[in-house]
Amino acid sequence: MALQNPTPSEYIQHHLTNLTYGYHPENGWSFAHGAQEASEMGFMAIHIDTMAWSIGLGILFCWLFRVGAKAAHAGVPTGVLNFVELMVEFVDKSVKETFHGKSSLIAPLALTICCWIFLMNLMDLVPVDLVSYLFMVAGVEYMKIVPTTDVNATLGMSIGVFLLIIFYSIKIKGVGGFAGELTLQPFGKWMIPFNLLLEGVGLIAKPISLALRLFGNLYAGELIFILIALLPFYLQWFLSVPWAIFHILVIVLQAFIFMMLTIVYLSMAHEHH
Amino acid sequence: MNLNLTLIGQLIAFTIFVIFCMKYVWPPISGALVERQKKIAEGLDAADKAARDLESAKSQIEDELKQARTQVTELLEQANKRSSQIVEEAQDKARAEAEKIMASAQAQIAQDAAQARESLRADVAKLAVVGAERVLGATVDQAAHKKLLAELAAEL
Repeated sequence: MALQNPTPSEYIQHHLTNLTYGYHPENGWSFAHGAQEASEMGFMAIHIDTMAWSIGLGILFCWLFRVGAKAAHAGVPTGVLNFVELMVEFVDKSVKETFHGKSSLIAPLALTICCWIFLMNLMDLVPVDLVSYLFMVAGVEYMKIVPTTDVNATLGMSIGVFLLIIFYSIKIKGVGGFAGELTLQPFGKWMIPFNLLLEGVGLIAKPISLALRLFGNLYAGELIFILIALLPFYLQWFLSVPWAIFHILVIVLQAFIFMMLTIVYLSMAHEHH
Repeated sequence: MNLNLTLIGQLIAFTIFVIFCMKYVWPPISGALVERQKKIAEGLDAADKAARDLESAKSQIEDELKQARTQVTELLEQANKRSSQIVEEAQDKARAEAEKIMASAQAQIAQDAAQARESLRADVAKLAVVGAERVLGATVDQAAHKKLLAELAAEL
């Protein structure tokens, strides 16, 4: 089960494998033992660790902000309400600066994205071996605690944003307007296929870039933590502490970027070109 | 990396969290923020108004003080005038009274002097008669020498 004296590449491989439950062609519905089996399961599999941690953190976010919302009043704010209001005001300001229409969705959407992604990124600062070791002692073979280092998680969110982009484009501009936007520019109606290709790529690039940017940053950060963890123990702190401090910036920045780009994309969907 | 059902799961979880946030988190907080903003604006307005009221009250006090001051000066002046008038009147009265008293006293003195002189004169006549009687050794006939005696008294 647990690897005894793993080679560095085995160690890295182990740390980058999700706890996967899915339909294996030979074993049926089961947990995957190793990356090989997990990839053989194809699409009909689910990363239990990613789901559990992300939903857990999402519930933490909802609970914290619900406590704030219940305590909300017009008097002098205290405790949790202070923090919650700070976040709400920050997000509200960011939304108002970029998005000039009226929407009851975009601000809460941005708040959810910002806080949820931040919490998920924050798991990156938990020492890489700590939780996975605890779970291994408990008999769970794989445990990746940073949901944003799983491309499924980031792509899931960015597809949500993508669907909203399409929804608002059609709602504001109509099917014809949206189709026109995709086909009639930048070169006029005689170049419709070429226009469609250009605009289509531009449209598809939005969710892909959104997802891969976040995933790439966090995956790389996690990988470097894992590499540092391979060093002798007396050298580890020398590298992992500066990297962790730098990473504090990265996790906040990536959450903020995801939120800002979502707002920008949705405000573009609201505008006529 | 494997793309799998996690993608769908994440999409669903994301949707649920966003809807939760939209329904139960955002409206109360942003409502409270707006309300507080209003409250603070009202408070600032009230403070402004109070400051303006204070300013006007101050100027009113200033005005009233000035008025009072001029009134006091006027009153003082009047009082001064009045008092000097009273003093003058009293002086006049006193002077007149004194003169009156002096006059009556002088009249009294004159009268008393005249009376005294009169009685002296009479006494002198009597004394003269008594003296003459002693000198002559005879009784002077009062009636016979009445004229003489009167002349004597008048000379004294």
